[in-house]
Amino acid sequence: MTYQRNLVSLNTLNEDRSWELATYERCGGYTVWRQVIAGEISPKEIVDAIKDSGLRGRGGAGFPTGLKWSFMPRSAAGQKYIICNSDESEPGTCHDRDILRYNPHALIEGMAIAGYATGADVGYNYIRGEFMDEPVPRFEAAVKEAYDAGLLGKRILGSGVDFDLHTFVGAGAYICGEETALLESLEGKPGKPRFKPPFPASYGLYGRPTTINNTQTLASVPMILRKGAKWYAGLGPEGSGGTALFSVSGHIEKPGNYELPMGIPFKDLLEICGGILGGRQLKAVIPGGSSVPVLPGELIMSCTMDYASLQQAGSSFGTGAVIVMADTTCMVRVLQRISRFYMSESCGQCTPCREGTGWLYRMLTRIVDGKGREEDLELLLEVANRIEGRTICALGDAAAWPVQSFLKHFYQEFEYMVRNEGRSMVIETG
Amino acid sequence: MSELSLTQHVREEIERWKRRFPQDREQSAVIAALHAAQHENGGYLTTEAMDAVAVYLDLPRIHVYEVASFYSMFETQPVGRHNVAICTNISCMLRGAEKIVEHAKQRLGVGLGESTADGRIYLKREEECLAACCGAPMMMVNHRFYENLTPELLDEILDELD
Repeated sequence: MTYQRNLVSLNTLNEDRSWELATYERCGGYTVWRQVIAGEISPKEIVDAIKDSGLRGRGGAGFPTGLKWSFMPRSAAGQKYIICNSDESEPGTCHDRDILRYNPHALIEGMAIAGYATGADVGYNYIRGEFMDEPVPRFEAAVKEAYDAGLLGKRILGSGVDFDLHTFVGAGAYICGEETALLESLEGKPGKPRFKPPFPASYGLYGRPTTINNTQTLASVPMILRKGAKWYAGLGPEGSGGTALFSVSGHIEKPGNYELPMGIPFKDLLEICGGILGGRQLKAVIPGGSSVPVLPGELIMSCTMDYASLQQAGSSFGTGAVIVMADTTCMVRVLQRISRFYMSESCGQCTPCREGTGWLYRMLTRIVDGKGREEDLELLLEVANRIEGRTICALGDAAAWPVQSFLKHFYQEFEYMVRNEGRSMVIETG
Repeated sequence: MSELSLTQHVREEIERWKRRFPQDREQSAVIAALHAAQHENGGYLTTEAMDAVAVYLDLPRIHVYEVASFYSMFETQPVGRHNVAICTNISCMLRGAEKIVEHAKQRLGVGLGESTADGRIYLKREEECLAACCGAPMMMVNHRFYENLTPELLDEILDELD
């Protein structure tokens, strides 16, 4: 089976200087935005097309994008905002960085169209601080090109349409990928998630109606409108329209970002990526970034990479970050590392998450250090269960799901380590 | 404490950022202001620098301290002038990041979170994934990403830092 690559959000990738305005326009870029400015497409038509395309948020939650846009009080008076979430920091995920570096104009055009559809004439792209050396200047250069060409600003190309786009640079905090924490950060505060409701569509940035979408989601919008909702929906199975950017990392021969149709069988994706590193055996895969439940190799080998199939298998599509682990991986140590991450990234405002993530990490460290007790395994689960669903944002759930799933599928490894003073069941060659 | 303890360059940088936000929302420039002040000060923030940012943006000092201590890119203690952050998160861990960290610790003679005695290099304890997972193991040196690290490549990069 062969698959076409880079059909949507990385469509310029094979061109020389793929990030420049001339390249993007040569590949059909800004044609939709020009139609919008000319008044040929109405906001309602845009929202309906995005609904029909089946596009879902690629930042992890998978919420239908068109539906999210329809929540905005488009015709209400006053300032409204469109925000792009480029705070890419879900472990395993690195494709938004490539959109910023290699196809920034698709994101700019997508943000402008989204702004028009939701009644927002100001947009911010929140880019994580660690991207300040390469992706930020690349994106800002593209924004300047778009302004110079008259595609952004006031009364664009002589029309009545305004759209101003600014870059914002963060300073290192995983939690700012949560959309209300991102808003707090944009307002110049620590990034602590807000209690919802109210949702951002009614009370967002500076208290104004705001839509926040992920980088890949917005960068997919121009191509969807250019080629049609039906075309995009038809690229993937029912409920999972279009393409996705898979960041494939870990024990894999050819790690990389692969834009492929949704619903591609996992075994085909594995083959495209050259198979398991060093010809080893597949042990497990985290299919959507470190927050989603792990799946044993034999289970994911029969999955297709889309929302329904991964959910049915007990995991989630997440961000499309596929972390591959070979048979030589010690699952206890992987879980210990994941737990350390959630402990240090918890913003600290909800007690179950602030305290629970530390408990999880300390217990796992005790097990790895050979001081684990038999009852620790039950206690791990108990603590995870007491975090899940009891916090303002999803970071608490994201800390609990790996623990629950690693224990569910690899219990014997944890038990072995507890009973054998910290020795691992697997010989690590890592 | 006066805003004048911020250099001309930092003040210009804050002004450049303020223009991106509505007039009464200058607080949004605090993160950019702290980045600029930290950069100007050789890689970490002093209380004096944070106080000056507070005066310049008309914010309570405690608010600026809160922001500076919340975000991992801000250092509120003196550190070496080159910031070396080796990612050890899951994708990098699977590709041998721990060996890279061990090598760096031996080579520099410091632990994670410490700086070399000559003030040249700060070996940061990196908790966050830096989003270059397909080039694992990777590290960030003064904001620049280096991917597919080996001990030899690490030595080369560290040796080039002045």
